[in-house]
Amino acid sequence: MRRIFEKAVKWLLTASGFVTSIVILLIIGFLFTEGAGLFKEKVIEEGYVLALNRENNVKELTAAQIKAIFDEDVTNWKEFGGPDMRIEPFRLEDADKLFTEEELGGQYENAGSLIASLIEAHPGMVAFVPESMIPKGANLNFIEDRSISPKEVFAGSEWFPTATPAPLFGMWPLLAGTLWVSLFAILFALPFGISIAVYMSEVASERVRGFLKPVIELLNGIPSVVYGFFGLIVIVPLLQQVFGLPVGESGLAGSIVLAIMALPTIVTVAEDAMRSCPRSLREASLALGATQWQTVYRVVIPSSMSGIASGVVLGIGRAVGETMAVLMVTGNAAAVPSSILEPLRTIPATIAAELGEAPAGGAHYQSLFLLGVILFFITFFINLCVEYISSRNKAKNS
Amino acid sequence: MNKIEAIDVNFYYGDFHALKGISMEIPQNKVVAFIGPSGCGKSTFLRLFNRMNDLIPGSRLQGRILIDGQDIYAPGGMEVDELRKNVGMVFQRPNPFPKSIFDNVAYGLRVNGIKDKEFIRQRVEESLRGAALWDEVKDKLNSSAYALSGGQQQRLCIARAMAISPSVLLMDEPASALDPISTAKVEELICELRNQVTIVIVTHNMQQASRVSDKTAFFYMGEMIEYDDTKVIFTNPHKEATQNYITGRFG
Repeated sequence: MRRIFEKAVKWLLTASGFVTSIVILLIIGFLFTEGAGLFKEKVIEEGYVLALNRENNVKELTAAQIKAIFDEDVTNWKEFGGPDMRIEPFRLEDADKLFTEEELGGQYENAGSLIASLIEAHPGMVAFVPESMIPKGANLNFIEDRSISPKEVFAGSEWFPTATPAPLFGMWPLLAGTLWVSLFAILFALPFGISIAVYMSEVASERVRGFLKPVIELLNGIPSVVYGFFGLIVIVPLLQQVFGLPVGESGLAGSIVLAIMALPTIVTVAEDAMRSCPRSLREASLALGATQWQTVYRVVIPSSMSGIASGVVLGIGRAVGETMAVLMVTGNAAAVPSSILEPLRTIPATIAAELGEAPAGGAHYQSLFLLGVILFFITFFINLCVEYISSRNKAKNS
Repeated sequence: MNKIEAIDVNFYYGDFHALKGISMEIPQNKVVAFIGPSGCGKSTFLRLFNRMNDLIPGSRLQGRILIDGQDIYAPGGMEVDELRKNVGMVFQRPNPFPKSIFDNVAYGLRVNGIKDKEFIRQRVEESLRGAALWDEVKDKLNSSAYALSGGQQQRLCIARAMAISPSVLLMDEPASALDPISTAKVEELICELRNQVTIVIVTHNMQQASRVSDKTAFFYMGEMIEYDDTKVIFTNPHKEATQNYITGRFG
């Protein structure tokens, strides 16, 4: 009877282990397939074409060039290797201004041929219209559509996923925003975290420590939205005043909030590592005439270096993946930041803010999954670092 | 001439009266052994000489301890790290730092502000030779001290303590974690060092005490029962408790 029971327990444990692993792998697989789908999407919005006059010999345009045309930032075809003509962008909405309702027909049934003849009459015109509208055999040129290239995505410096006719998925601003905010967060959190850890493990009396440790661990339990709220109400206006900024929402505000959030992790892990430094080593150092401070920085800190390092890396991991607090205080401008005082936007904040409005299965939606994949790789790399550091530590102590 | 002088020393851990009215004189450049059963206060007494017990919260000392005629506990007197430079210590278990062999021995010099690399190198070699370890480690000075055997580590710790040229060396059961061969080497070392420093050694091993020491003190329940020349203690003790202990009737 007992043997059967033990066997059942064993199977149950095995099964739960496998199910969990499979679920995790499925999630990662899902992330990857959805993200990779972006590179199968076309540059120009699905079902639409960019129609040109016959005389215009421009064949290909990148998404950024298309956006420049329709924003009227570029006004001559010469810039794109075409003839010396003024660019006249045309959107379907413009049809209402140029033609009367009778001319277009109640169901827009005449719109296609009207637009076709309009393009034929204007050599510099480029029209963004549904493919189905263009009458068969119309004497027009079309911009060749192609798939979104990885280069545009990873090196592109413009994130404009809702732009028409061609959305821009340059992820560099978001990646740069994430890295900037995390870097500065760690720059703030590191000195404070290590000093608090040294203070708690070496200087503070047992009573002070008994009070401080739970308080710092309590910081870990505060929901991130509360941190964001605090940042928005306190830090953002403060930065605005101190630096005389037009808006206080900035990368710096995000870094400060993140630094506060990463502190408890760094302090707890580093303090545990320092306290676990054997008493015999401290005594050996003190018995050689070292002062308490010399003992701390020559023996305690070096011997607990790997513990401190894993605390720091765990703190970075938290900073990189944090969403809500950052979303609330960084101002969310998807531009490559040139200073930490500018608004910027991080990867997690982008996913959280945009997933709700991205149509499922579309290019925008897939691009958000691709951002998720990038984030996954960053945190995966960080976890590898923790593994490496702690395994090196184990090897050293054995 | 007396190197260390304890005058009516009482020591408390909180309410526990660990040392009861001990007075003794330790002559210069002699080896003095403290023997007695576990918990008799001999290690506590030893650790008073370099103020190691200062680290224990709730501990309290009455009485005076003089080294070279100077009260080491006098308020406003000698700084504790200055004292410890003069009074080295070797612990029960080898406790090298997780650093290279060289850095271990150089540690005491470096924390004392010595920067002259050539002097440090020379002093490290002298200390390692003094600890009879030089020939074994001279080719691997930069490898980790943890790569050494337990006996080598303990001799490294002795070299480390001797590198800053203390005038007193305290040894708290230095051979209790070592095998017989390593123990013999450490004892040999003690005999060689006795010309340079005053050595106070705590030991559970009575043969060891009789082999290495000039004078022996027997401690029991926080009191110093008897203190005399080692020969007298082991052949003709005056107190019955000492007699019982060294003949193995208790303890």
